Amino acid sequence: MLKISASNLNALFDRIAEKQTLYIPVDREPNVSEYKKYESGMTMSKALNTVRSAKDFFFPQTENLAEFKVSGKTIEVKDIRKENEDFVVFGVRACDARSFGILDKVFLSEPVDSFYKNRREHGTIVTMACTRPAETCFCTTFGIDPTVPGGDVSVFFDGENYFFLDNTPKGEAFVASVSDMLEDGDASKLAEVQENTRNIMKKLPLSGLSTDSFGGERLMEHFNSDKWAELSESCFGCGTCTFVCPTCQCYDIRDFDTGNGIKRFRCWDSCMYSDFTKMAHGNSRNSQLERFRQRFMHKLVYFPANNNGEFGCVGCGRCLSKCPISMNIVKVMKALEDK
Amino acid sequence: MNNDTLIPLIGVVTDIRQDTPDVKTFRVNALEGGKVFEHMPGQCAMLSIPGVGEGMFSITSSPTNKEFMEFSIKKCGCLTTWLHAMDVGQQITIRGPYGNYFPVDTELKGKDLLFIAGGIGLAPLRSVINYVRDKRDDYGDVQIVYGSRSKDDLVDYKEIIDEWTADPNIEVDLTIDNPQEGWDGHVGFVPNYVKELNPSTNKTVLVCGPPIMIKFTLAGLKELGFTETQVYTTMELRMKCGVGKCGRCNIGDKYVCKDGPVFRFDQLDALPDEY
Repeated sequence: MLKISASNLNALFDRIAEKQTLYIPVDREPNVSEYKKYESGMTMSKALNTVRSAKDFFFPQTENLAEFKVSGKTIEVKDIRKENEDFVVFGVRACDARSFGILDKVFLSEPVDSFYKNRREHGTIVTMACTRPAETCFCTTFGIDPTVPGGDVSVFFDGENYFFLDNTPKGEAFVASVSDMLEDGDASKLAEVQENTRNIMKKLPLSGLSTDSFGGERLMEHFNSDKWAELSESCFGCGTCTFVCPTCQCYDIRDFDTGNGIKRFRCWDSCMYSDFTKMAHGNSRNSQLERFRQRFMHKLVYFPANNNGEFGCVGCGRCLSKCPISMNIVKVMKALEDK
Repeated sequence: MNNDTLIPLIGVVTDIRQDTPDVKTFRVNALEGGKVFEHMPGQCAMLSIPGVGEGMFSITSSPTNKEFMEFSIKKCGCLTTWLHAMDVGQQITIRGPYGNYFPVDTELKGKDLLFIAGGIGLAPLRSVINYVRDKRDDYGDVQIVYGSRSKDDLVDYKEIIDEWTADPNIEVDLTIDNPQEGWDGHVGFVPNYVKELNPSTNKTVLVCGPPIMIKFTLAGLKELGFTETQVYTTMELRMKCGVGKCGRCNIGDKYVCKDGPVFRFDQLDALPDEY
């Protein structure tokens, strides 16, 4: 398998960044990692994962959709779309890599969202196998193997070397473009590293979590559960879970008057917010119970109902560590599951 | 790059009719004349004034009208207040058509039809009614029960009087909630009127109006012997994208913008009561 030694990783980053914009996870402070545009000398974070998910690369928090010139009674629409430039995201974990497949099912289904598709087509995802999963991890619940992270290229670290395995034609082209910096290496230690990681996963507190009680066929039963009142009681609808979630994709569309024309933009929105479904004549989800229920029903029941059983969660654990009242999808699943 | 449904087209308002004190009907044409796009009865379009807002409205004209589209819009929020202040010649943005439609070419074909509407609920049904009138031989008996708060609140009243009641092939039954000077027609709520009229249970029903009216009408129809499988309605929830992606108009696993807005009551019964 092709490899590069840890000491040469930054030289590889420099090479990639010569041709394309490269993003890598960088520590903002110890163990607080975020994706940054690579500049020479940056060190890749050793944190398990970034605080925000990687969905921004394809579905940014805000983006402009169109511009309008309004004068008198006339309106002119300006199509501001441009072909995206190629870019590479390095160090994506298996959970986030899977989330792109879930977002694809939303944005690439007809009618295709051209804004998302444009970024998706120009982005190369280089993933990084996990070696030190955390207590909040439960990706295996959703059939994800964190030691085989997917994306266009999978990267595996054996403690000394990074090994590269291309998974797609785009990944193959990426590896070929830097192949002069890579050398053939002995990957025999990797199996041991992977086995070790899988063993850690088995011992983690959420390893027994199961999706067996969920899916589209349980729609009315879970919707009508009497557990929602207690589960949602303390939720104050801050939407943090939504914003750190790699699969939450609800959005708002709004206009902004620049003083020199109108920009129409979309931005992340949250079904946890009280005005999400509010209309001039009423609101279909008036209480926080209904809004809370919507978020979890969507991931565990509605999404699989529409997507051949695939769940709308990848078990990244971000909502577990970020919710200010320590409520999360794991607690919801445990409360609703068959005993 | 291919067209994206989120990037709207431009339409121009070519006629404005004040139908009731708070409902206006707007005629919309493409800039070069004709229609901006084709649609089927029951489908919707996103209309917007840039900088003000964008909203989903049912297309109230029939697809058989080849010259223009019409939208009957009640003034009740920011965008609709702005729309009501427009003059003829104003341009708007428009995108669509969105959603499914009443099954005029399949399940409704050849059937006796009963339309039941309350207030602005006539707007989406008007498209179907005029479609059926233009293809009259394809359908059986047609009965329209329409009610409003007062005679001034009957939307499209002139068309109803001039064309629908004058049509010998259609039965039109109007009602208003309370007695009013100059009104010698029926007085009473729509659900009760439907029960009094005692329509044949052979009919396929299309109902639209305020949620409370729909609820009582459905209960009344069941008392008369109708089943959920013969009753259709059209829904409205908050929408931003119109194509099942922005995430807010779902009822259970169905998106009103994409899987609806037209539902049969047996389909709605299988979904959570969250609308």
